[in-house]
Amino acid sequence: MPKLTVDGIEVEVPAGATVLQACEAAGKEIPRFCYHERLSIAGNCRMCLVEVAPGPPKPQASCALPAADNQIITTNSEKVKKAREGVMEFLLINHPLDCPICDQGGECDLQDQSIAYGRGHTRFIENKRAVTEKYMGPIVKTVMTRCIQCTRCVRFAEEIAGVEDIGAIYRGENMQITTYLEHAIQSELSGNVVDLCPVGALTSKPYAFEARPWELKRTPGIDVMDAVGTNVRFDSRGRQVLRVLPRINEDVNEEWAHDKTRHAVDGLVRRRLDRPYVRIEGKLQPVSWADAFAVIARQIAGAGPDEVAAVAGDLVEIESLYATRKLLASLGSSLVEARQNGLAYDTSGLSALRFNTTIAGLEQADVILLVGTNVRLEAPLVNTRIRKAIKRGAKVFAIGREVDLTYRATWLGEDLSALADLPAEAADALRAAERPAVLVGEAVLGFDGGLAAALKLAGDFSLVRQGWNGFNIVHTAASRMGALMLGFTTPGGLGAIAARANALKALFVLGADEADLSAFDDTFQIYIGHHGDRAAHHADVILPGAAYAEKPGSWVNLEGRLQRGERAVFPVGDAREDWTILRALSDVLGHRLPFDNYDQLLQSLAADHPMLASEGLVPLEWAPPQLEGTALSGVVDYPITDFYLTNAIARASETMNRCSTEIVHHQPVLEAAE
Amino acid sequence: MLDDKDRIFTNVYGYQDWGVDAAVRRGDWDNTKDLLARGPDAIIEEIKASGLRGRGGAGFPTGMKWSFMPKEPQPGRPSLLLINADESEPGSCKDREIIRHDPHKLIEGALVAGFAMRARAAYIYIRGEFIREAETLFAAVQQAYDRGFIGKNACGSGYDFDVFVHRGAGAYICGEETAQIESLEGKKGQPRLKPPFPAGVGLYGCPTTVNNVESIAVTPTILRRSASWFSSIGRENNKGTKLFQISGHVNTPCVVEEAMGIPFRELIEKHAGGIRGGWDNLLAVIPGGSSVPLVPAAQIMDAPMDFDGLKALGSGLGTAAVIVMDKSTDIVRAISRISYFYKHESCGQCTPCREGTGWMWRVMERLRTGEARIDEIDLLEQVTRQVEGHTICALGDAAAWPIQGLIRHFRPEIERRINERNGAPQLQAAE
Repeated sequence: MPKLTVDGIEVEVPAGATVLQACEAAGKEIPRFCYHERLSIAGNCRMCLVEVAPGPPKPQASCALPAADNQIITTNSEKVKKAREGVMEFLLINHPLDCPICDQGGECDLQDQSIAYGRGHTRFIENKRAVTEKYMGPIVKTVMTRCIQCTRCVRFAEEIAGVEDIGAIYRGENMQITTYLEHAIQSELSGNVVDLCPVGALTSKPYAFEARPWELKRTPGIDVMDAVGTNVRFDSRGRQVLRVLPRINEDVNEEWAHDKTRHAVDGLVRRRLDRPYVRIEGKLQPVSWADAFAVIARQIAGAGPDEVAAVAGDLVEIESLYATRKLLASLGSSLVEARQNGLAYDTSGLSALRFNTTIAGLEQADVILLVGTNVRLEAPLVNTRIRKAIKRGAKVFAIGREVDLTYRATWLGEDLSALADLPAEAADALRAAERPAVLVGEAVLGFDGGLAAALKLAGDFSLVRQGWNGFNIVHTAASRMGALMLGFTTPGGLGAIAARANALKALFVLGADEADLSAFDDTFQIYIGHHGDRAAHHADVILPGAAYAEKPGSWVNLEGRLQRGERAVFPVGDAREDWTILRALSDVLGHRLPFDNYDQLLQSLAADHPMLASEGLVPLEWAPPQLEGTALSGVVDYPITDFYLTNAIARASETMNRCSTEIVHHQPVLEAAE
Repeated sequence: MLDDKDRIFTNVYGYQDWGVDAAVRRGDWDNTKDLLARGPDAIIEEIKASGLRGRGGAGFPTGMKWSFMPKEPQPGRPSLLLINADESEPGSCKDREIIRHDPHKLIEGALVAGFAMRARAAYIYIRGEFIREAETLFAAVQQAYDRGFIGKNACGSGYDFDVFVHRGAGAYICGEETAQIESLEGKKGQPRLKPPFPAGVGLYGCPTTVNNVESIAVTPTILRRSASWFSSIGRENNKGTKLFQISGHVNTPCVVEEAMGIPFRELIEKHAGGIRGGWDNLLAVIPGGSSVPLVPAAQIMDAPMDFDGLKALGSGLGTAAVIVMDKSTDIVRAISRISYFYKHESCGQCTPCREGTGWMWRVMERLRTGEARIDEIDLLEQVTRQVEGHTICALGDAAAWPIQGLIRHFRPEIERRINERNGAPQLQAAE
């Protein structure tokens, strides 16, 4: 714990801290461009210069200098100021004066810091350097003349995203940042370089020229594109969410977000269901809410026990699930199912179905076994944690079809039968590990005896020990963990409900667009959702709901963390928040739900499900179900093949379709003019 | 003047063969086993006592540098010696001569120095443009392997030592020690941040010492002839002999070994045949390669040519690449050309150098033609101060110093050009 003095203030910093961190601990602001807490240190912008004694007489880059005992740091001397002004002048001489047409304007590090260190006028009368644009894919727009060569993007791509796609070519003042051969960045995390870029060189392509940051309303929200529950900020203007940025949450997403999180929002204004529809003479016709409810009431009237069922999709928040279940219970039905992918695993032990290690905890693991999961696509921000664990020395083994995970894993075979008979190399490593972690893809649970085999692994290698639980299920749906905790499941899964399809009077479909509902073709389907996607086409009644940015809601992420998001904008047209639809319908059906506003709903939910009463990690004792296992065999089909088109919002998004075409299918995107 | 018997590089003129037989006849590889038998610490002490300062330009005491290496290398992290033969400084050509004509001095030095710092292997990073020299070096290393001088049980000492030669690709910055390490590892040649220093974390993450060719090549002879012999030559704190590379406007440009501290006039008269057009025709001298400030004629003539003597003149010995310029030289153009070189060779990693070298060169070009204002001289001087000392490596300093030297000593000349272009005709009219 070195003790040092910064401008006369004595501070003590943890061993290994840099002088820059020590200065921050002392409350001194150090300007910087290249330094970023989560990336390796480059020390190349030279903006963070400070005076250090004892040391050489020249100012030192504080970001790269280890803090040491008895150092005396000066951050406010004339010499330091001059040095920084000098660096700022150098950064500006070749930087274009195009702030008025630059998307970074208002949130530009160079702009901000030039107020403190800029000269106010230029002494540089030579011609400025111009750099040609570089193609970086559908997400990142480049204006490379603005680049100040801080190399944050290069380091991010290499260290966090794990793709060596971005680099610097040429040298000296001709140095340019580019992607390899100007191909699109082959990473689902590419959008983060836009946030990292301290200037307007890398900006968001879909958001280009949309808005200025000071026009935007900022609303904290929760992402639903995967089960990680990335904390996001909706930046909206008027009734439209213009962009989504990650919020910092060290336990979940650090400060990253993947491209679907960031850019699927343009799907929120396309293919929206903005008024109720009823199928009249085989065709969906717009009707009023009252008429739609009347049709439903007529259909459901006199329904006996278990003659109404509900299936929920991947994006649904727990409030709607709760209201649906409550409504169906009042109709005498318990046929609810949120595992729209048709899986029917045992749900009696919730602790055996979640990501017990926690996302942040995974960094501590020393041996990691991936079973039937392509983590890179199923949970990109869990994948970045695995990369961090590897950096600390963890070894990774994997069972399943070989895919590029961005790091080296030892593949133990495609077939799940390898699980019962782990190769010695992996078995020995797991046995010797202090903190072993096994990540089981949800798809594995679809195999007969999948959960049992996974749990056997937990027993064999004592994954659960004092202060450590290494048993993890990788879910891919934002709604899944919440639904499991609410008990929004039916033994036998969707198949069990399908078996009763003929006996059903109505099926509520809550945004279950990816479900195989072919068994319910003859069943009266009530679709509650926000996009005119697959399931809506088969519905008999469509009740337009709110998308995730348009309602306050709670989601439980894969590790069992309850997180609440706020409403950023109002739903489009006549659409309503889903739980209010169910509440209104319950009135018409004569089974009024016992809550009149959102707070009452939350209270009722908390009363029925105490574990979902407050935000944060839901405490669950490790209590795996006792399951009889049969020998497991077969090859897992990874649930995500096209990362960019996994849900209705993404499928409606132009950007996501573009990404899919270009990055997944490697097809050129044709412009209209071509 | 250095006696012939005190010369270390006995074949620097290339009058004899470079091969191993001729080298052995000249005394190389003479009982190297005995040198090694003294033990690493004794060798380092001897080098320390000799007062040898690094010949690559910075003049850091060589023995002390070696002593920073770990005394007991950890398994899996062998110590390494990296010999910097990426001689690219304009004016410097001593390493080239050593490799051309006396490569076995270098290879023997690599073994002795490597043994002293407990290194497992030496890497010789040779400049890409040195094509014939690299061929010679590859052949010489092979000869040394064939004779059992290096490799397993080198010279019968029981010590295993390998020497690898790696050719650079012609980037000046790869002569900077950490950039050289990066380049050798297969990455873009950009200097690393220090700390950590190479002696802690160097090539492939292993403890590494980077030495200049000349520093390494002189060590076997120092050990053979003793530290007291070496330190009897030269001045206090500037001991021993040095290869001077005299180029420019002298009658016979040459590379010659001389005692440190030899007066400039003596050096030129004895070895370079005097200044072209006589001593009155001398304008200025860049005494240590392009990166040190120039020294005007009056100050340099009787100055001692060593680290401290030239430092006192506001310049430096550098690599002892003496560039002599007579009065026919367009001094502003000469420095402008040097500025262009640094602009061209800047790696682009850190801001002041990347942006500053280009700016300085452009202003220099305008000063050359006089297309500037007088106050731009002060602007240029300020820019050099903004670059100097604010960069990761010393290239920024090297780009700044020649310009500072020019402005310090030749400001009237620059002003004359500007006035001539802008103001002079008006003055004439007023007359």
